[in-house]
Amino acid sequence: MAGIVGYGVYIPYYRIKVEEIAKVWGDDPRAISRGLVVQEKSVPSPDEDTATISVEAARNSLKRAKINPQKIGAIYVGSESHPYAVKPTATIVADAVAATPELTAADLEFACKAGTAGIQVCMGLVDSDAIEYGLAIGADTAQGAPSDALEYTASAGGAAYIIGKGNTLADFEGTYSFTTDTPDFYRREGKPYPRHGGRFTGEPAYFKHVLSAAKGLFGKMGTDASDYDHVVFHQPNGKFYIRAARKLGFKEDQYKTGLLTPYIGNTYSGATPLGLAAVLDIAQAGERIMAVSYGSGAGSDAFSITVNDEIEQKRDLAPKVQELVDNKCYVDYAVYAKFKGKLRMAGLTQH
Amino acid sequence: MKDIVRGWRHIPQRYNLIGSKCNHCGAVYFPVRVICPECRRKGKLEEIKLSGKGKIHTYSVIHTPTGDFKLISPYVVAIIELEEGTKITSQIVDSDGDNIKIGDEVELVFRKIREEGEDGVISYGYKFKLKK
Repeated sequence: MAGIVGYGVYIPYYRIKVEEIAKVWGDDPRAISRGLVVQEKSVPSPDEDTATISVEAARNSLKRAKINPQKIGAIYVGSESHPYAVKPTATIVADAVAATPELTAADLEFACKAGTAGIQVCMGLVDSDAIEYGLAIGADTAQGAPSDALEYTASAGGAAYIIGKGNTLADFEGTYSFTTDTPDFYRREGKPYPRHGGRFTGEPAYFKHVLSAAKGLFGKMGTDASDYDHVVFHQPNGKFYIRAARKLGFKEDQYKTGLLTPYIGNTYSGATPLGLAAVLDIAQAGERIMAVSYGSGAGSDAFSITVNDEIEQKRDLAPKVQELVDNKCYVDYAVYAKFKGKLRMAGLTQH
Repeated sequence: MKDIVRGWRHIPQRYNLIGSKCNHCGAVYFPVRVICPECRRKGKLEEIKLSGKGKIHTYSVIHTPTGDFKLISPYVVAIIELEEGTKITSQIVDSDGDNIKIGDEVELVFRKIREEGEDGVISYGYKFKLKK
């Protein structure tokens, strides 16, 4: 079965603290931080978007994979913030990593789980020998309307995975998906900010799909929580992630490494792929990982992964998640508003 | 349409730092040249993918920008000497100039260069950041 030949991540340099956002809207920052389990979030520079984040992550994944990019037969970029409504991000990535022209490429959208959907597509193409390597990316510059609860978490970042059969650093044992029509969170065409159903995003949406996908994978693989050394879930906030982990019987030692939202916010399509990368950064050969994404609308993809010896040769070839989490510079709300294009500026392009 | 075609034509050099190397004297040029100014007809120029690693030769901090650059002000523009020997002018990202000095090592990053208005094409390409 296909495996991970290389992985790479990217997190923007700028951060804003929950306190700084709460000060503007008159909220209690301690209540927000405690309730959402979020301290700060990443902020993209005005010259960063899903395409630039995807390219940086893809280039880092190639440093670990050590393959000729011309052997990449498919590129899928999963995001809900593609720079163009019509014109693929994936072609920009393909040219920027010198993978063109003999490949297929497309953009995927499934709220926060389009990145893992791309991994599944690449697994299928690799397992059927249609391609030698596939590149799947989950990346976002997430939007949260000013004063909306989402503004405390909607952040930016991404991760890229090169899927193949040779020289893998970790191998897929199985995948299981759970999907229904659940309108918990959506953004209509042309609208700048998404809408969400408040508490409806919890039990009937995130928890139903994440827990069902995890249990489905347990059933398919004949495993339970005790069989995994690490677990990572989609993380719209820290609270949902921890509650899902505990409901499935996971202990803190198993779920803590992949939980990044408290430090960089919710990177949407980047969230589960980034959490998985943080686990791969520290995992030992032979260890087992479960990863479960969630995308509103709604669905979850669950993966069972085993790390192999190759991880030791590849781990240090590209920046690790923790290095990028620690490399930061704080901005205040005014600079954040300017960077995110929330200010009306005469005669200027709004990003 | 003119901007779209011009930007598209520059994709190899803007995305992947494709320059020229003279197979006669070994000189490296960026952007791409057709003729080596030293060797003239004796030399033949070949494409070379530059490493994207170099040092700051000199720099300037822009505090009075024009147009879209107000969003990123203050920002740093530097002349960078690449390890292949050629020099390139570029923005240094994630810096307001306080943490930069001549001789600092830098590396290539991929960023947005400009947007042709709200409904126009987006140009991407090379910028540099300080090496950690």
